[in-house]
Amino acid sequence: MGLDFSVVPDYLDVIFLGALWTIAITVGAAVLSFFGGIFFAVIALYAPTLVRLPLRAFEWLFMGTPLLLQLFLIYFGLVQIGIDLPAFVAGVVGLGLHFAVYNSELIQTAIVAVDKGQMEAARTVGLSRGQALRKVVIPQAVRDVIPPIGNNMIALLKDSALVSVIGVTELTLSAQLAIGRTYRPFEFYVVAALFYYIINLGMEAVLRRIERRVQAAR
Amino acid sequence: MDTEKPFVDIRHAQKSYGSLEVLKDISLKVNRGEIVAIIGPSGSGKSTLLRAINDLDPLTGGEVWLEDVQVNKTLPHRQYEKHINHVRQNIGMVFQHFNLFPHLNVRENITLAPRMLKGLTVDEANTLAEEQLDKVGMLERIDYYPSQLSGGQKQRVAIARALAMKPKVMLFDEATSALDPELVEEVNLVMKKLAEEHMTMIIVTHEMGFAESVCDRVLFMDQGVVVEEGPPSVIFRNPENERTKNFLRKHLASNKE
Ligand SMILES: Nc1ncnc2c1ncn2[C@@H]1O[C@H](COP(=O)(O)OP(=O)(O)O)[C@@H](O)[C@H]1O
Ligand SMILES: [Mg+2]
Repeated sequence: MGLDFSVVPDYLDVIFLGALWTIAITVGAAVLSFFGGIFFAVIALYAPTLVRLPLRAFEWLFMGTPLLLQLFLIYFGLVQIGIDLPAFVAGVVGLGLHFAVYNSELIQTAIVAVDKGQMEAARTVGLSRGQALRKVVIPQAVRDVIPPIGNNMIALLKDSALVSVIGVTELTLSAQLAIGRTYRPFEFYVVAALFYYIINLGMEAVLRRIERRVQAAR
Repeated sequence: MDTEKPFVDIRHAQKSYGSLEVLKDISLKVNRGEIVAIIGPSGSGKSTLLRAINDLDPLTGGEVWLEDVQVNKTLPHRQYEKHINHVRQNIGMVFQHFNLFPHLNVRENITLAPRMLKGLTVDEANTLAEEQLDKVGMLERIDYYPSQLSGGQKQRVAIARALAMKPKVMLFDEATSALDPELVEEVNLVMKKLAEEHMTMIIVTHEMGFAESVCDRVLFMDQGVVVEEGPPSVIFRNPENERTKNFLRKHLASNKE
Protein backbone atom coordinates (compact mmCIF):
# COMPACT_ATOMS: atom_id res chain seq x y z
CA MET A 1 0.00 0.00 0.00
CA GLY A 2 1.78 3.09 -1.28
CA LEU A 3 1.04 6.69 -0.50
CA ASP A 4 -2.08 8.14 -1.98
CA PHE A 5 -2.87 11.78 -1.36
CA SER A 6 -5.88 11.73 -3.65
CA VAL A 7 -8.17 11.02 -0.66
CA VAL A 8 -7.10 14.23 1.03
CA PRO A 9 -9.28 16.76 -0.86
CA ASP A 10 -12.47 14.99 0.28
CA TYR A 11 -11.53 15.65 3.88
CA LEU A 12 -9.99 19.09 3.48
CA ASP A 13 -13.10 20.77 4.88
CA VAL A 14 -12.88 18.61 8.02
CA ILE A 15 -9.18 19.33 8.42
CA PHE A 16 -9.73 23.00 7.76
CA LEU A 17 -12.44 23.20 10.41
CA GLY A 18 -10.08 21.43 12.78
CA ALA A 19 -7.42 24.02 12.03
CA LEU A 20 -9.88 26.79 12.84
CA TRP A 21 -10.59 25.17 16.21
CA THR A 22 -6.87 24.91 16.85
CA ILE A 23 -6.50 28.61 16.10
CA ALA A 24 -9.44 29.46 18.34
CA ILE A 25 -8.07 27.41 21.24
CA THR A 26 -4.58 28.81 20.77
CA VAL A 27 -5.70 32.44 20.59
CA GLY A 28 -8.05 32.05 23.55
CA ALA A 29 -5.46 30.27 25.67
CA ALA A 30 -2.72 32.71 24.61
CA VAL A 31 -4.77 35.72 25.70
CA LEU A 32 -5.66 34.01 28.97
CA SER A 33 -2.04 33.01 29.58
CA PHE A 34 -0.84 36.55 28.89
CA PHE A 35 -3.19 38.39 31.23
CA GLY A 36 -3.18 35.49 33.68
CA GLY A 37 0.62 35.64 33.64
CA ILE A 38 0.60 39.32 34.56
CA PHE A 39 -2.01 38.70 37.24
CA PHE A 40 -0.06 35.83 38.81
CA ALA A 41 3.17 37.79 38.63
CA VAL A 42 1.68 40.72 40.50
CA ILE A 43 0.23 38.42 43.15
CA ALA A 44 3.50 36.55 43.53
CA LEU A 45 5.43 39.80 43.98
CA TYR A 46 3.07 42.02 45.91
CA ALA A 47 0.21 40.11 47.51
CA PRO A 48 0.23 39.23 51.20
CA THR A 49 1.39 35.73 52.13
CA LEU A 50 -2.16 34.56 52.68
CA VAL A 51 -2.91 35.12 49.00
CA ARG A 52 0.51 34.07 47.78
CA LEU A 53 0.58 30.61 49.30
CA PRO A 54 -2.51 29.25 47.49
CA LEU A 55 -0.98 30.60 44.28
CA ARG A 56 2.19 28.65 45.03
CA ALA A 57 0.20 25.42 45.29
CA PHE A 58 -1.52 26.31 42.06
CA GLU A 59 1.82 27.00 40.38
CA TRP A 60 3.16 23.68 41.54
CA LEU A 61 0.12 21.93 40.11
CA PHE A 62 0.56 23.58 36.72
CA MET A 63 4.34 23.33 36.49
CA GLY A 64 4.91 20.02 38.21
CA THR A 65 2.27 17.80 36.63
CA PRO A 66 1.56 16.75 33.02
CA LEU A 67 -0.65 19.07 31.01
CA LEU A 68 -2.67 16.04 30.02
CA LEU A 69 -3.55 15.37 33.64
CA GLN A 70 -4.46 19.02 34.13
CA LEU A 71 -6.86 18.87 31.19
CA PHE A 72 -8.48 15.70 32.57
CA LEU A 73 -8.77 17.31 35.96
CA ILE A 74 -10.46 20.42 34.59
CA TYR A 75 -12.75 18.62 32.18
CA PHE A 76 -13.69 15.43 34.04
CA GLY A 77 -12.69 16.27 37.60
CA LEU A 78 -14.37 19.61 38.11
CA VAL A 79 -17.76 18.16 37.17
CA GLN A 80 -17.80 16.43 40.55
CA ILE A 81 -17.74 19.77 42.32
CA GLY A 82 -20.41 21.16 40.03
CA ILE A 83 -18.24 22.93 37.48
CA ASP A 84 -19.24 21.45 34.15
CA LEU A 85 -17.24 23.17 31.42
CA PRO A 86 -17.74 22.53 27.71
CA ALA A 87 -14.70 20.72 26.27
CA PHE A 88 -13.56 23.78 24.33
CA VAL A 89 -13.70 26.02 27.39
CA ALA A 90 -11.97 23.41 29.54
CA GLY A 91 -9.24 23.18 26.91
CA VAL A 92 -8.73 26.94 26.74
CA VAL A 93 -8.73 27.25 30.54
CA GLY A 94 -6.32 24.34 31.00
CA LEU A 95 -3.86 25.47 28.34
CA GLY A 96 -4.25 29.12 29.32
CA LEU A 97 -3.58 28.59 33.02
CA HIS A 98 -0.74 26.18 32.30
CA PHE A 99 1.09 28.74 30.21
CA ALA A 100 0.04 31.62 32.46
CA VAL A 101 2.18 30.06 35.15
CA TYR A 102 5.18 29.95 32.80
CA ASN A 103 4.55 33.50 31.59
CA SER A 104 4.24 34.63 35.18
CA GLU A 105 7.79 33.48 35.90
CA LEU A 106 9.11 35.53 32.99
CA ILE A 107 7.08 38.60 33.90
CA GLN A 108 8.09 38.48 37.57
CA THR A 109 11.74 38.52 36.65
CA ALA A 110 11.15 41.37 34.22
CA ILE A 111 9.19 43.45 36.75
CA VAL A 112 11.98 43.14 39.28
CA ALA A 113 14.49 44.15 36.60
CA VAL A 114 12.73 47.41 35.68
CA ASP A 115 14.86 50.31 36.89
CA LYS A 116 13.78 51.44 40.37
CA GLY A 117 13.86 55.02 39.13
CA GLN A 118 10.77 54.28 37.06
CA MET A 119 8.63 53.53 40.10
CA GLU A 120 10.14 56.52 41.88
CA ALA A 121 9.43 58.91 39.03
CA ALA A 122 5.86 57.65 38.82
CA ARG A 123 5.32 57.99 42.57
CA THR A 124 6.87 61.44 42.52
CA VAL A 125 4.23 62.85 40.19
CA GLY A 126 1.59 61.47 42.54
CA LEU A 127 0.67 58.08 41.09
CA SER A 128 -0.22 55.39 43.60
CA ARG A 129 1.79 52.21 43.70
CA GLY A 130 -0.93 50.36 41.81
CA GLN A 131 -1.21 53.06 39.17
CA ALA A 132 2.55 53.14 38.76
CA LEU A 133 2.68 49.37 38.34
CA ARG A 134 -0.15 49.38 35.83
CA LYS A 135 0.96 52.31 33.70
CA VAL A 136 4.72 52.40 34.08
CA VAL A 137 6.37 49.26 35.45
CA ILE A 138 4.31 46.39 34.04
CA PRO A 139 4.13 47.69 30.46
CA GLN A 140 7.91 47.96 30.42
CA ALA A 141 8.39 44.54 32.00
CA VAL A 142 6.04 42.92 29.49
CA ARG A 143 7.82 44.56 26.57
CA ASP A 144 11.11 43.17 27.80
CA VAL A 145 9.82 39.59 27.72
CA ILE A 146 7.82 39.57 24.51
CA PRO A 147 10.32 37.27 22.74
CA PRO A 148 10.34 34.53 25.41
CA ILE A 149 6.58 34.86 25.88
CA GLY A 150 6.33 34.41 22.12
CA ASN A 151 8.26 31.16 22.45
CA ASN A 152 5.79 30.02 25.08
CA MET A 153 2.95 30.81 22.71
CA ILE A 154 4.50 28.66 20.00
CA ALA A 155 4.78 25.85 22.53
CA LEU A 156 1.15 26.48 23.43
CA LEU A 157 0.10 26.03 19.81
CA LYS A 158 1.83 22.65 19.70
CA ASP A 159 0.41 21.55 23.04
CA SER A 160 -3.08 22.48 21.90
CA ALA A 161 -3.14 19.06 20.21
CA LEU A 162 -3.55 17.56 23.70
CA VAL A 163 -7.00 19.09 23.89
CA SER A 164 -8.09 16.37 21.45
CA VAL A 165 -8.14 13.92 24.37
CA ILE A 166 -11.10 15.68 25.93
CA GLY A 167 -12.94 15.58 22.63
CA VAL A 168 -12.36 18.95 21.02
CA THR A 169 -12.25 18.34 17.28
CA GLU A 170 -9.19 20.43 16.66
CA LEU A 171 -6.60 19.80 13.98
CA THR A 172 -5.08 16.61 15.36
CA LEU A 173 -8.40 14.99 16.20
CA SER A 174 -9.80 16.00 12.80
CA ALA A 175 -6.90 14.28 11.11
CA GLN A 176 -7.55 11.22 13.22
CA LEU A 177 -11.19 11.19 12.23
CA ALA A 178 -10.19 11.33 8.58
CA ILE A 179 -7.71 8.52 9.17
CA GLY A 180 -10.43 6.44 10.83
CA ARG A 181 -12.45 6.65 7.67
CA THR A 182 -9.68 6.23 5.11
CA TYR A 183 -6.95 4.25 6.89
CA ARG A 184 -4.40 6.73 5.53
CA PRO A 185 -2.49 7.87 8.64
CA PHE A 186 0.65 9.04 6.87
CA GLU A 187 -1.19 11.29 4.44
CA PHE A 188 -3.39 12.96 6.98
CA TYR A 189 -0.71 13.41 9.62
CA VAL A 190 1.42 15.08 7.00
CA VAL A 191 -1.46 17.33 6.01
CA ALA A 192 -2.10 18.17 9.67
CA ALA A 193 1.59 18.90 10.14
CA LEU A 194 1.45 21.23 7.17
CA PHE A 195 -1.47 23.10 8.73
CA TYR A 196 0.38 23.40 12.06
CA TYR A 197 3.33 24.75 10.16
CA ILE A 198 1.21 27.38 8.45
CA ILE A 199 -0.43 28.46 11.71
CA ASN A 200 3.02 28.59 13.25
CA LEU A 201 4.26 30.89 10.50
CA GLY A 202 1.24 33.13 11.04
CA MET A 203 1.94 33.33 14.77
CA GLU A 204 5.56 34.15 14.22
CA ALA A 205 4.60 36.92 11.83
CA VAL A 206 2.23 38.40 14.40
CA LEU A 207 4.88 38.18 17.11
CA ARG A 208 7.45 39.89 14.93
CA ARG A 209 5.03 42.71 14.24
CA ILE A 210 4.39 43.18 17.95
CA GLU A 211 8.12 43.19 18.65
CA ARG A 212 8.74 45.77 15.96
CA ARG A 213 5.99 47.99 17.25
CA VAL A 214 7.42 48.14 20.73
CA GLN A 215 10.98 48.49 19.49
CA ALA A 216 10.82 52.29 19.23
CA ALA A 217 9.51 52.56 22.75
CA ARG A 218 12.45 51.22 24.70
CA MET B 1 0.78 89.40 55.16
CA ASP B 2 3.00 86.91 56.88
CA THR B 3 5.81 86.58 54.37
CA GLU B 4 8.12 85.05 56.97
CA LYS B 5 6.14 81.84 57.25
CA PRO B 6 8.25 79.19 55.50
CA PHE B 7 6.89 77.42 52.46
CA VAL B 8 8.95 74.29 52.96
CA ASP B 9 9.84 73.60 56.56
CA ILE B 10 12.11 70.76 57.56
CA ARG B 11 12.29 70.39 61.32
CA HIS B 12 15.00 68.31 62.97
CA ALA B 13 15.25 65.84 60.14
CA GLN B 14 16.94 62.66 61.22
CA LYS B 15 17.60 59.61 59.09
CA SER B 16 19.43 56.38 59.84
CA TYR B 17 20.09 53.25 57.88
CA GLY B 18 20.65 50.79 60.70
CA SER B 19 23.51 52.23 62.73
CA LEU B 20 24.53 54.63 59.92
CA GLU B 21 23.23 58.09 60.68
CA VAL B 22 22.82 59.85 57.35
CA LEU B 23 20.97 62.99 58.46
CA LYS B 24 21.73 64.37 61.90
CA ASP B 25 19.10 66.81 63.06
CA ILE B 26 18.83 69.03 59.99
CA SER B 27 16.44 71.96 59.90
CA LEU B 28 15.78 73.98 56.78
CA LYS B 29 13.20 76.62 56.04
CA VAL B 30 12.57 77.72 52.48
CA ASN B 31 10.33 80.68 51.69
CA ARG B 32 7.97 80.97 48.76
CA GLY B 33 9.92 81.82 45.64
CA GLU B 34 13.24 81.18 47.30
CA ILE B 35 15.94 79.18 45.55
CA VAL B 36 18.22 77.14 47.73
CA ALA B 37 21.27 75.20 46.60
CA ILE B 38 22.59 72.24 48.53
CA ILE B 39 26.23 71.42 47.94
CA GLY B 40 28.60 69.02 49.61
CA PRO B 41 30.75 65.95 49.04
CA SER B 42 29.31 62.70 47.78
CA GLY B 43 27.63 60.70 50.53
CA SER B 44 26.98 63.73 52.73
CA GLY B 45 23.20 63.17 52.66
CA LYS B 46 22.07 65.71 50.06
CA SER B 47 19.88 63.29 48.12
CA THR B 48 18.50 61.78 51.29
CA LEU B 49 17.44 65.21 52.52
CA LEU B 50 15.89 66.13 49.19
CA ARG B 51 14.08 62.82 48.92
CA ALA B 52 12.74 63.23 52.45
CA ILE B 53 10.82 66.29 51.30
CA ASN B 54 8.44 64.23 49.18
CA ASP B 55 8.86 61.19 51.44
CA LEU B 56 10.59 59.09 48.80
CA ASP B 57 13.07 58.25 51.57
CA PRO B 58 11.04 58.57 54.77
CA LEU B 59 12.77 60.22 57.72
CA THR B 60 13.36 58.27 60.90
CA GLY B 61 12.84 61.44 62.93
CA GLY B 62 11.66 64.99 62.49
CA GLU B 63 9.00 66.64 60.39
CA VAL B 64 8.59 67.95 56.88
CA TRP B 65 5.97 70.60 56.21
CA LEU B 66 4.77 72.04 52.94
CA GLU B 67 2.75 75.17 53.68
CA ASP B 68 0.23 74.06 56.33
CA VAL B 69 0.46 70.37 55.59
CA GLN B 70 2.76 67.95 57.31
CA VAL B 71 4.15 65.73 54.58
CA ASN B 72 5.33 62.86 56.77
CA LYS B 73 2.49 62.73 59.25
CA THR B 74 1.55 59.49 60.96
CA LEU B 75 -1.54 57.88 59.46
CA PRO B 76 -2.84 54.37 58.91
CA HIS B 77 -1.30 52.91 55.75
CA ARG B 78 -4.18 53.44 53.34
CA GLN B 79 -4.89 56.96 54.51
CA TYR B 80 -1.22 57.78 54.40
CA GLU B 81 -0.93 56.59 50.79
CA LYS B 82 -3.82 58.81 49.80
CA HIS B 83 -2.34 61.73 51.65
CA ILE B 84 1.16 61.35 50.24
CA ASN B 85 -0.02 60.87 46.65
CA HIS B 86 -1.88 64.11 47.00
CA VAL B 87 1.05 65.94 48.58
CA ARG B 88 3.44 64.71 45.91
CA GLN B 89 1.40 66.37 43.19
CA ASN B 90 2.60 69.64 44.70
CA ILE B 91 6.26 68.68 44.71
CA GLY B 92 8.04 68.33 41.39
CA MET B 93 11.19 66.27 41.32
CA VAL B 94 13.93 65.99 38.74
CA PHE B 95 16.41 63.13 38.90
CA GLN B 96 20.01 62.80 37.83
CA HIS B 97 19.13 60.01 35.40
CA PHE B 98 15.93 61.65 34.09
CA ASN B 99 13.75 58.59 34.70
CA LEU B 100 11.55 59.30 31.73
CA PHE B 101 9.12 56.51 30.92
CA PRO B 102 10.78 54.81 27.93
CA HIS B 103 7.63 53.08 26.70
CA LEU B 104 5.78 56.38 26.36
CA ASN B 105 6.49 59.19 23.94
CA VAL B 106 7.24 62.70 25.13
CA ARG B 107 3.60 63.75 25.04
CA GLU B 108 2.47 60.70 27.00
CA ASN B 109 5.27 61.11 29.53
CA ILE B 110 3.86 64.52 30.35
CA THR B 111 0.14 63.79 30.17
CA LEU B 112 0.12 60.49 32.07
CA ALA B 113 -0.17 61.89 35.57
CA PRO B 114 -2.38 64.91 34.79
CA ARG B 115 -4.82 62.68 32.96
CA MET B 116 -4.90 60.00 35.65
CA LEU B 117 -4.88 62.28 38.66
CA LYS B 118 -6.52 65.47 37.55
CA GLY B 119 -8.99 63.97 35.13
CA LEU B 120 -7.97 66.14 32.20
CA THR B 121 -9.53 65.35 28.84
CA VAL B 122 -7.25 64.35 25.99
CA ASP B 123 -7.46 67.86 24.53
CA GLU B 124 -6.77 69.59 27.82
CA ALA B 125 -3.85 67.28 28.49
CA ASN B 126 -2.42 67.88 25.03
CA THR B 127 -2.65 71.62 25.47
CA LEU B 128 -0.93 71.29 28.80
CA ALA B 129 1.83 69.15 27.31
CA GLU B 130 2.38 71.64 24.50
CA GLU B 131 2.59 74.56 26.96
CA GLN B 132 5.10 72.82 29.15
CA LEU B 133 7.20 71.56 26.25
CA ASP B 134 7.23 74.99 24.72
CA LYS B 135 8.54 76.35 28.00
CA VAL B 136 11.52 73.96 27.95
CA GLY B 137 12.03 74.32 24.21
CA MET B 138 11.05 70.76 23.36
CA LEU B 139 7.74 71.27 21.57
CA GLU B 140 9.00 69.99 18.25
CA ARG B 141 9.93 66.66 19.86
CA ILE B 142 6.48 65.99 21.28
CA ASP B 143 6.04 62.72 19.36
CA TYR B 144 9.54 61.37 19.97
CA TYR B 145 10.38 58.56 22.32
CA PRO B 146 12.93 59.15 25.09
CA SER B 147 15.42 56.83 23.38
CA GLN B 148 15.45 59.26 20.45
CA LEU B 149 16.52 62.23 22.60
CA SER B 150 19.87 63.49 23.88
CA GLY B 151 20.50 63.64 27.62
CA GLY B 152 19.85 67.36 27.76
CA GLN B 153 16.62 66.95 25.87
CA LYS B 154 15.54 64.13 28.15
CA GLN B 155 16.15 66.25 31.19
CA ARG B 156 14.19 69.15 29.74
CA VAL B 157 11.28 66.79 29.09
CA ALA B 158 11.59 65.48 32.64
CA ILE B 159 11.35 69.05 33.91
CA ALA B 160 8.27 69.63 31.74
CA ARG B 161 6.75 66.44 33.12
CA ALA B 162 7.20 67.69 36.67
CA LEU B 163 5.89 71.17 35.81
CA ALA B 164 2.76 69.71 34.21
CA MET B 165 1.47 68.87 37.69
CA LYS B 166 1.73 72.59 38.57
CA PRO B 167 3.91 71.93 41.60
CA LYS B 168 4.45 74.49 44.33
CA VAL B 169 8.09 73.56 44.73
CA MET B 170 10.65 71.89 42.48
CA LEU B 171 13.40 69.59 43.73
CA PHE B 172 16.46 68.97 41.57
CA ASP B 173 18.86 66.15 42.44
CA GLU B 174 22.01 66.75 40.41
CA ALA B 175 19.94 67.38 37.32
CA THR B 176 22.99 67.97 35.13
CA SER B 177 25.53 65.54 36.62
CA ALA B 178 24.82 62.78 34.11
CA LEU B 179 25.03 65.08 31.11
CA ASP B 180 27.85 65.60 28.66
CA PRO B 181 29.38 69.02 29.38
CA GLU B 182 28.02 70.58 26.19
CA LEU B 183 24.46 69.65 27.19
CA VAL B 184 24.54 71.16 30.66
CA GLU B 185 23.81 74.70 29.58
CA GLU B 186 20.44 73.99 27.92
CA VAL B 187 19.17 72.46 31.17
CA ASN B 188 20.62 75.28 33.25
CA LEU B 189 18.83 77.78 31.05
CA VAL B 190 15.50 76.10 31.74
CA MET B 191 16.19 76.19 35.46
CA LYS B 192 17.14 79.85 35.23
CA LYS B 193 13.88 80.55 33.48
CA LEU B 194 12.00 78.89 36.34
CA ALA B 195 13.98 81.03 38.75
CA GLU B 196 12.88 84.16 36.91
CA GLU B 197 9.29 82.99 37.28
CA HIS B 198 9.90 82.75 41.04
CA MET B 199 9.42 79.01 41.29
CA THR B 200 10.43 77.78 44.72
CA MET B 201 13.37 75.45 44.15
CA ILE B 202 15.73 73.29 46.11
CA ILE B 203 18.69 72.32 44.00
CA VAL B 204 21.32 69.73 44.84
CA THR B 205 24.20 70.52 42.54
CA HIS B 206 27.91 70.25 41.89
CA GLU B 207 27.91 73.31 39.70
CA MET B 208 29.11 76.13 41.85
CA GLY B 209 28.92 78.71 39.08
CA PHE B 210 25.31 77.91 38.40
CA ALA B 211 24.44 77.86 42.10
CA GLU B 212 26.10 81.24 42.56
CA SER B 213 24.22 82.82 39.68
CA VAL B 214 20.67 81.61 40.43
CA CYS B 215 20.42 80.75 44.10
CA ASP B 216 19.40 82.97 46.99
CA ARG B 217 20.99 80.75 49.57
CA VAL B 218 23.53 77.95 49.68
CA LEU B 219 23.79 75.11 52.18
CA PHE B 220 27.00 73.21 52.54
CA MET B 221 26.40 69.71 53.89
CA ASP B 222 28.95 67.25 55.15
CA GLN B 223 28.43 63.95 56.99
CA GLY B 224 24.76 64.50 57.58
CA VAL B 225 24.89 68.02 58.96
CA VAL B 226 24.58 71.50 57.49
CA VAL B 227 28.05 72.80 58.12
CA GLU B 228 27.50 76.29 56.83
CA GLU B 229 24.79 78.24 55.07
CA GLY B 230 24.41 81.72 53.68
CA PRO B 231 24.12 83.79 50.52
CA PRO B 232 26.19 82.49 47.61
CA SER B 233 28.51 85.48 47.76
CA VAL B 234 29.53 84.50 51.27
CA ILE B 235 29.62 80.72 50.89
CA PHE B 236 31.57 80.78 47.64
CA ARG B 237 33.75 83.87 48.23
CA ASN B 238 34.17 84.02 51.97
CA PRO B 239 33.33 80.74 53.68
CA GLU B 240 34.10 80.64 57.39
CA ASN B 241 34.22 76.94 58.03
CA GLU B 242 37.39 74.97 57.27
CA ARG B 243 35.40 72.06 55.81
CA THR B 244 33.60 74.38 53.41
CA LYS B 245 36.88 75.95 52.34
CA ASN B 246 38.45 72.54 51.79
CA PHE B 247 35.52 71.27 49.81
CA LEU B 248 35.42 74.31 47.55
CA ARG B 249 39.15 74.26 47.01
CA LYS B 250 39.14 70.58 46.05
CA HIS B 251 36.11 71.05 43.91
CA LEU B 252 37.55 73.96 42.00
CA ALA B 253 40.78 72.07 41.48
CA SER B 254 39.05 69.00 40.11
CA ASN B 255 36.88 71.12 37.84
CA LYS B 256 39.89 72.69 36.20
CA GLU B 257 41.33 69.41 35.01
N1 LIG C 1 19.16 52.74 50.90
C1 LIG C 1 20.29 52.99 51.59
N2 LIG C 1 20.75 52.08 52.47
C2 LIG C 1 21.87 52.33 53.18
N3 LIG C 1 22.59 53.45 53.10
C3 LIG C 1 22.17 54.39 52.24
C4 LIG C 1 21.00 54.23 51.46
N4 LIG C 1 20.83 55.33 50.70
C5 LIG C 1 21.85 56.15 51.01
N5 LIG C 1 22.65 55.59 51.95
C6 LIG C 1 23.85 56.21 52.54
O1 LIG C 1 23.49 57.46 53.01
C7 LIG C 1 24.55 58.38 52.84
C8 LIG C 1 24.05 59.62 52.15
O2 LIG C 1 23.67 59.30 50.85
P1 LIG C 1 23.14 60.39 49.84
O3 LIG C 1 22.02 61.14 50.49
O4 LIG C 1 22.83 59.70 48.58
O5 LIG C 1 24.38 61.34 49.67
P2 LIG C 1 24.68 62.43 48.56
O6 LIG C 1 23.44 62.64 47.76
O7 LIG C 1 25.09 63.63 49.33
O8 LIG C 1 25.81 61.90 47.75
C9 LIG C 1 25.64 57.64 52.09
O9 LIG C 1 26.60 57.23 53.01
C10 LIG C 1 24.93 56.46 51.51
O10 LIG C 1 25.80 55.37 51.38
MG1 LIG D 1 23.11 62.30 45.70
